[in-house]
Amino acid sequence: MITLEKRPQPSQFWSLFTPVLAVIITMIVGGLLFGALGKNPFEAIRTIFYDPLFGDFASYSRPQLLVKGGPLILIAIGLSLGFRAGIWNIGAEGQYIVGAICGAGAGLAFYPIESIFIFPIMVICGAIGGMLWALIPALLKVKFGTNEILVSLMLVYVAEQLLASMALGLLKNPEGFGFPGSRNLNDYPSASSWINEGFGLHWGIAAAFIAVIFAHVLLSRHIMGFNIKLTGEAPKAARFGGVNPTRLVIFCMCASGALAGLAGLFEVSGPSGQISIDFNVGYGFTAIIVAFLGRLHPIGILLAGLLMALTYIGGELAQLTLGLPSAAIQVFQGMLLFFLLALDLLTNFRIKFAVKGAA
Amino acid sequence: MDLSAISPALLIASLMVAATPLLLAAIGELVVEKAGVLNLGVEGMMIVGAICGFAVTVETGSPFMGVLAAMVGGALLSTLFAFLTQFALANQVASGLALTLFGLGLSALMGQNYIGIKPPSMPRLDIPGLSDMPFFGPIFFAHDPLLYLGILLTAAAWALLKYTRVGLILRAVGENHDAAHALGYHVIRVRILAIMFGGACAGLGGAYISLIRVPQWTEGMTAGIGWIALALVVFASWKPWRVLLGAYLFGGINVLQLNLQAAGIAIPVEYLAMSPYLITILVLVILSADKSGAPASLGRSFHASN
Repeated sequence: MITLEKRPQPSQFWSLFTPVLAVIITMIVGGLLFGALGKNPFEAIRTIFYDPLFGDFASYSRPQLLVKGGPLILIAIGLSLGFRAGIWNIGAEGQYIVGAICGAGAGLAFYPIESIFIFPIMVICGAIGGMLWALIPALLKVKFGTNEILVSLMLVYVAEQLLASMALGLLKNPEGFGFPGSRNLNDYPSASSWINEGFGLHWGIAAAFIAVIFAHVLLSRHIMGFNIKLTGEAPKAARFGGVNPTRLVIFCMCASGALAGLAGLFEVSGPSGQISIDFNVGYGFTAIIVAFLGRLHPIGILLAGLLMALTYIGGELAQLTLGLPSAAIQVFQGMLLFFLLALDLLTNFRIKFAVKGAA
Repeated sequence: MDLSAISPALLIASLMVAATPLLLAAIGELVVEKAGVLNLGVEGMMIVGAICGFAVTVETGSPFMGVLAAMVGGALLSTLFAFLTQFALANQVASGLALTLFGLGLSALMGQNYIGIKPPSMPRLDIPGLSDMPFFGPIFFAHDPLLYLGILLTAAAWALLKYTRVGLILRAVGENHDAAHALGYHVIRVRILAIMFGGACAGLGGAYISLIRVPQWTEGMTAGIGWIALALVVFASWKPWRVLLGAYLFGGINVLQLNLQAAGIAIPVEYLAMSPYLITILVLVILSADKSGAPASLGRSFHASN
């Protein structure tokens, strides 16, 4: 008979080790899945996790690690603040889109003037766009008690329609021969976020690293970080302790919205280049997995973001070389979150193997 | 713009069709939430149901086998959620999100060979005389069997929760799981069964989209209907008949905006397509002040030692 005994304190060891264990189990079960799809499981796992880093085309795929990891880390850092306090912003995808639209729109408004001020203006507009989009569920939550999960998610679908409208209408390239999509910002030097395309380095990656440091300082040194952690772990104590829940909701939602908006702007002015109907590829949703895999801890998120970027790149590689369907990697990522949540049991409970009735 | 092309009878008939997937999924989720579990994975279970139903219908040629497979598919996926939240005591919000992300990926993987195929269609009710009646015929007597099943399910859920012992146990577990446990009810067992029922209903709703409403398979075709179903349960203050009302209201809005798109109204298509989501938000805002109907133990994990 297996019984569970609640630990007085979450286990430090398991808290660090469960993500690693979850990755290993996902690799095993994922391998079985790829085997069931008729691929050699060992080759598939090697293609996804080893080849992008050390394989024949590693010089091409290593920079991609930063390009894909940057937005994931940036968004996940923002989400983790709210998740820690029990504030569930799951509409980062929408904030990402709106940030991109606002930032790119600001940049395109100046076309073709060249100035060093244009990119900073775009950055500010992108952050504000994402922030305002996240402020909608935040204000509705504090004013009317509306569920922020549902509202932020509904706004993703609204943002997708807004994106379609922008790509086909207001922001459409006037010299694009009628094709949908905006001007390519990579052809407009003042509005490009690339620092060095060869190394996969753009300002979004710099921003992701800065966000990691800021979040770390916020959570370990600042009163706001303390309040966030307190609200998540002991909501009643937080209320007695004078934590203002309204301010906390607004702060967490705005921070995550602004970071998601920034991620969108850096993506649209760099790797993606233009506002098109489907420039967003679901980073906002994958970032939820990244945040959990990183244990909602800034350094953890940094590592988790890079790992998740690896599965994206490896997945593309496996698609090319092994013909692995692109959806398989999505299943793989979903599985990772499942195993992680299941294994969390070990962090909070002690498993005892006892004879029934012996107690 | 030509509004005269919109026929009221056909509008009502098609709003009933548009509302049914929402209704099926929302009734399932209502029962789950009444048992005190918040399963945010409705969207994932719906899309998996949609592809299971579609694939089996195409392979066997029988829509009824497909519908059955959709229910089994949805229920199987929901057992993953049940395992995570009831045995591993994982956070229900995170587990539900995981279910949706996983379900979207899984359905895309399962459905890659089914894109662009037309499934065998489901027979419609056809009562000579009644079905041919002007106006009332197309509204009441000329639908597919699942649409009637949806209404029946609403009635059944209402009667079960209100008048039966099973319903009482379910509500007790949802209101106060410690008291229910002390009375000797198996909290975990009741919740697992409720979660599986919710999964089967969501799968059924998904199959309704891929087999009847659209009918074809495209990736991510549920397009947020699972999430609207979740909102609908809040909108209905956890009352089955209000779920029916809400589903028809949303179905009506959706059909109306599609008809307005077709009629060539001066509002751009994208803004009309936003409207169901915006109205969901609006309704949530208006109704979320009243949380009296919410089960008291909603979203809380149960562990007998605590």
